[in-house]
Amino acid sequence: MKYFSRLRVRRVYKWLGEPTFNRKLKTYEYGSLAINVDGLPKTTIINVGQHILIEGDDEDHPYVAKVIRLFADESGKRKKVCVQWFVRVSEVPLNKLKQLGREPHPQEIFFYQGRSCDDEVNAESILRPVQVVHVEAEAKFPVIKDEDTLFVKLSWDSKTFKVVDSSLVGPVLSTPPLPCPKLSLPPSPPCSPTAAAPLPHPSSRRALPTPDPLIMARACSGEVRRSRVCMSAGKVGSLEAESLHSATKLSASKCLSAKRRSASARTPGVRKKLELNSPEKTTQGDIQGQQLDEKLDSEMMLAQRLSSSPPRMEPLPHCLTPLRSGHRALASPLSHRLTPLRKSHRVVDDEDIVPIKPSSVVLRQLSGVHSPLSPSREDPDSPQQADVVEADVPNSSVLTPKRRNSTPRRNSTTRGQKAATPSQKKEGRTSREPALAVLAEVDNENSPMLPVAATPRSSKRKSAQLVSLRIRKQLNLLDCQLYLNSDGEDEDEFVPSKKELRSSSEDEEEEDEELDSDEDVVSKKRRNAAGLRTPRSKQKSGSSARTPRKTPNKRITPSTPRTPRHATPSIPSRSLPARQPSNALEEARTRLHVSSVPESLPCREQEFQDIYSFVESKVIDGTGGCMYISGVPGTGKTATVHEVMRCLQHAAEVDEIPSFTFIEINGMKMTDPHQAYVQILQKLTGQKATADHAAALLEKRFSNPAPRKESTVLLVDELDLLWTRKQNVMYNLFDWPTRRHARLVVLTIANTMDLPERIMINRVASRLGLTRMSFQPYTFKQLQQIIMSRLNKVKAFEEDALQLVSRKVAALSGDARRCLDICRRATEICEHSAAAPSTARLVGMGHVMEALNEMFSSTYVTAIKYASVQEQLFLRAVIAEFRRRGLEEATFQQVFVQHQALCRVEGLQPISVSEGLAVCQRLGACRLLLLESSRLGVLLRVRLNVSQDDVLYALKAE
Amino acid sequence: MSKRKVKDSHLPVGECITEVQYVSIILFLCFFRHLLELLKRTVIHGESNSVLIVAPRGAGKTMLLKCVLRDLLQEKEAEKSLLQVHLNGLLQTDDRIALKEITRQLHLENVVGDKVFGSFAENLAFLLEALKKGDRSSSRPVLFILDEFDLFAHHKNQTLLYNLFDVAQSAQAPIAVVGLTCRLDVLELLEKRVKSRFSHRQIHLLSTLTFCQYVQRVQTQLSLPENFPDKKFGQEWNKSITTLCKDASVEEVLRRHFNTSKDFRSMHALLMLCLSRVSVSKPVLKPADVLEASKLRFADAKGNMLHGLSILELCLIIAMKHLNDVYEDEPFNLQMVHNEFKKFLQRKSNSMYNFEQPVIMKAFEHLQQLELIRPVDSSTAKIQKEYQLMRLMLNHSQIMEALQKYPQCPTDVKQWAKSAFA
Repeated sequence: MKYFSRLRVRRVYKWLGEPTFNRKLKTYEYGSLAINVDGLPKTTIINVGQHILIEGDDEDHPYVAKVIRLFADESGKRKKVCVQWFVRVSEVPLNKLKQLGREPHPQEIFFYQGRSCDDEVNAESILRPVQVVHVEAEAKFPVIKDEDTLFVKLSWDSKTFKVVDSSLVGPVLSTPPLPCPKLSLPPSPPCSPTAAAPLPHPSSRRALPTPDPLIMARACSGEVRRSRVCMSAGKVGSLEAESLHSATKLSASKCLSAKRRSASARTPGVRKKLELNSPEKTTQGDIQGQQLDEKLDSEMMLAQRLSSSPPRMEPLPHCLTPLRSGHRALASPLSHRLTPLRKSHRVVDDEDIVPIKPSSVVLRQLSGVHSPLSPSREDPDSPQQADVVEADVPNSSVLTPKRRNSTPRRNSTTRGQKAATPSQKKEGRTSREPALAVLAEVDNENSPMLPVAATPRSSKRKSAQLVSLRIRKQLNLLDCQLYLNSDGEDEDEFVPSKKELRSSSEDEEEEDEELDSDEDVVSKKRRNAAGLRTPRSKQKSGSSARTPRKTPNKRITPSTPRTPRHATPSIPSRSLPARQPSNALEEARTRLHVSSVPESLPCREQEFQDIYSFVESKVIDGTGGCMYISGVPGTGKTATVHEVMRCLQHAAEVDEIPSFTFIEINGMKMTDPHQAYVQILQKLTGQKATADHAAALLEKRFSNPAPRKESTVLLVDELDLLWTRKQNVMYNLFDWPTRRHARLVVLTIANTMDLPERIMINRVASRLGLTRMSFQPYTFKQLQQIIMSRLNKVKAFEEDALQLVSRKVAALSGDARRCLDICRRATEICEHSAAAPSTARLVGMGHVMEALNEMFSSTYVTAIKYASVQEQLFLRAVIAEFRRRGLEEATFQQVFVQHQALCRVEGLQPISVSEGLAVCQRLGACRLLLLESSRLGVLLRVRLNVSQDDVLYALKAE
Repeated sequence: MSKRKVKDSHLPVGECITEVQYVSIILFLCFFRHLLELLKRTVIHGESNSVLIVAPRGAGKTMLLKCVLRDLLQEKEAEKSLLQVHLNGLLQTDDRIALKEITRQLHLENVVGDKVFGSFAENLAFLLEALKKGDRSSSRPVLFILDEFDLFAHHKNQTLLYNLFDVAQSAQAPIAVVGLTCRLDVLELLEKRVKSRFSHRQIHLLSTLTFCQYVQRVQTQLSLPENFPDKKFGQEWNKSITTLCKDASVEEVLRRHFNTSKDFRSMHALLMLCLSRVSVSKPVLKPADVLEASKLRFADAKGNMLHGLSILELCLIIAMKHLNDVYEDEPFNLQMVHNEFKKFLQRKSNSMYNFEQPVIMKAFEHLQQLELIRPVDSSTAKIQKEYQLMRLMLNHSQIMEALQKYPQCPTDVKQWAKSAFA
């Protein structure tokens, strides 16, 4: 769902400011970049030094990077970004992840120091800014329910993890529990919006509710009081995303709540939902930005930079205003919401008759105060700093005593809850509002801290609830679609406790009271702020809606996976460790086992070299290619490729070549050719998907350009089993490497040399190309060398014995496995024949001969030798009948006549037909005879499965 | 006192038989050692192996394996760690079922109760992953026993066999694959890459049993054990068995059996028939009992069915025999047979009368139902019943023998049967 909506979003990228021409590189460098999303009236600004998300293979986990510089190439047409990459946990190969020695945090990222990734990307791939926080290596991860905050502890250079210097990353988060910068907005120059860039996230768009005008109208008809606008907006606003302001303002309260939150475990569900929030936040950021733009002249760079700080204090008044005025109009919010944000803002201004100027003045002042703070410091947007700013600002301005500042903040948060209450009570669905979860949670956590002095304002609240409820209903209709998949469970689980609700509402009231009293002092400034803040109150209410959501999630957390599919496949381990070989023969046997991996693969040097250079060149060039390797079984095809991969991976580890991913599939190890997609996808990304879906995902992965992509080497063993009627599996496997951005090298292995010509249709064979290699069966010398190298100076075999084995096997098949097996058997025979097992003995010719006989001698002759008399007679009768008729086939009836005659000749009592049939069937079961179905009775036809000579030889020898 | 009753009350029959079977392992002592050694290495050293036990039916493949397992499990180490998976080609008819069964028997984690979750592909991936994660020294060895191994080779792509052998050939969890089959050509059934992965160890259980040993076996089989509760009876019985086995006629019967088949199952069946004639009133086994039992064993099934036919049906059979003689085993139809029969009636018959066509038809159909005759091709749809071509499923000797024994067979019918030309 997500991706599909994302595709529809169109983003427009624009430079901001004047370029500086870099003579050396011949590029025009810019300070910031504006991103506009089609259909949304906000702009996100990306600045140098900011962290951003970059479009990648994985929709849910875009790449993370830090902007180093923004520039356009000479033509000025292409916008480029030079970035410092960060690696997500999911991008680190699983086996390397073990080096971490702990469970990676889901939001953890690593400072990327590898060299294999291109650090220059197209600006068009930028999604939005993101918050990256540096955490001390020893410190715990702060618990933050914000998908948009990522943590850096270590760096990753594709081999090892190292502690990363905080200066490289940005904001430091040293003491885990306390400062949880929830969404610390990067106070970047072109106004706060930059912080949370307008997320052109598809989900965001959907999440933004557009209430049906009709319903709105109805809601409006209830009670309209002008001055309430903000307030009501706040309530209804739950639908709208949280605003920047609220986010910032909340930071303090968040700190308080952080402790609590840290206790609550994180559930995937929560994360999902949180993810959805982010876009809304950003939109509000935009709004704010716009408002600021309006108020502040463009020249006020400093003020803008500080803009992050003012919002924090200002939001309060905004919220307060409505309160003070008495919760009057509930309807207005609706209209407010409908109108474009800017407009609403203006409306507020008008209605409240708050002089706007003062605010701007304040802002300017603030900015003045703060300007000494180095911009560089602001850029990283460290949460601590933000807090400091917040604290400072009020003092400097003297307008709001700190305490008050905090109170209103709480107030505002609680306010949101009010709106939430009705929804909680009446509709589980409202809980779905994704944007709100985080804030709601905050609210809840705050509430207990609030002084309890409730004044009943139930009537007002009720009306407010009513309206918001209606709106919610409406919204739910919209949301339903969006959350159809994800939220199925939530509905059931969402059962907000009444207590909670009550307390929250009470809190809210208290707050109002308090506010009222405090209000006057701050009034001017606040009002002013209120104007600005409109969006923020909305956000508040949004937060409230989240409250319910939180609870269910928490409840889900401990639940164990229901389906046993998540079970880890493993064979139970044994209590006693396996014994080690105790003598030379046992040692030799262990070494000769096919499974033991030799240090090197002798006799395949040339093939090794060819494959190695092929893959190496492709990996280094970052291109793709196919290779077809053929050879009869047991000639070391798979072993050689594995050896090559081992070497290449080693080379990658020591940085000789760029790192790459090696995955392996085997046609025999899947139930159906299409499972190949599933297995590839799973080995590449760990995702599970159906064959069709996996094919689509892979297709996308290999055909889309992704700036940071390692080469992939895919080994397809037993290729012939991937054959399907349409050959689409093979087609895709060979087509992907030809894509420009795939960086895929495919090595295929099969037994027959002419497989491409035999079973592949032209378009598949053509894509496979002509890079072929054929493994010849081993010669006896090679086999001998293989055994010698495996034995590695363990003296267990006589020279001649080895030569005999290798010659024999080379003559038959050249299969190294066979050779090793025979040697192994020979050691066993040797061991058994030894009188005293302790005396070391060499495997001699005799033992090898015995082993060879055991494995190669035809058993038919011995089987006939040891058959019962009647069975032997029957075989003779068969031959006699064949000779009589001159055909190699006869019916039982005919043979039986011969048999009777033979019996008489031999002086045996003739057997009955039933018995004769039984004898015949027994021979048939051993496959000495080939028979038709036994239903035919005496009419069944008989053929010999052995040559007549063999039979006669066996019978004569007796 | 019934000997069998006593026996039953003291030792369960099955136990007796296994005890006796265990004795017979002496015949395969070297194979026994070989297999035991092999499995021990898997269990103790964690070395993966694969082996096929090939022998005709009733030769003692399963018995050998059972004995080996019994000995193996006496070792503490083996008992603690060995996991066994028993599969049978007749039960696990495809890889999907086989995989579920393996997963279930291994108690892997995707098993809940007796149910195995997941699709075929998932199961395969899961099992392979499980086996791959294991390693030689730390995971418990798994013993896969594939009964009717040849049937597994008929599964699609031989996926299961490939994977089992592949695991056995790579450094994964230690496994031993033991296949039991009676087909000597089983290796030819394996695909070349599957075959290459198989270690080519085969144990051919070929019975080198001589007639003396056979008689010995019969004697041990029939003798009562030393610890039999009724000592006196036990001694008497054992004495009678010894004399019985020395009896010439008994020996002849046994030799005939021995000549037909060396496997112990048919011998057991024969002895069981003998023993069933023992009763409280006749607590000894006489040579006559053995003769009688052997007659039953050797009875000709089809020939016996002729005894139950009506004269008309018998006449039809004789007519068919003549047709076969004349036309050299060419198929015939009802009309031809009827014609032949009518000729007989016209020329020679004194006691027989002509029958209506429908009666003849009915008799013909009855013969077909008894499968004494059988249509040449099964497509009965288009041809009228009278003209459908048939073949006789009997040998001449069977017919003549049956006629001899047929109660109150009219002499003219007998003569007709004997006459070379109708």
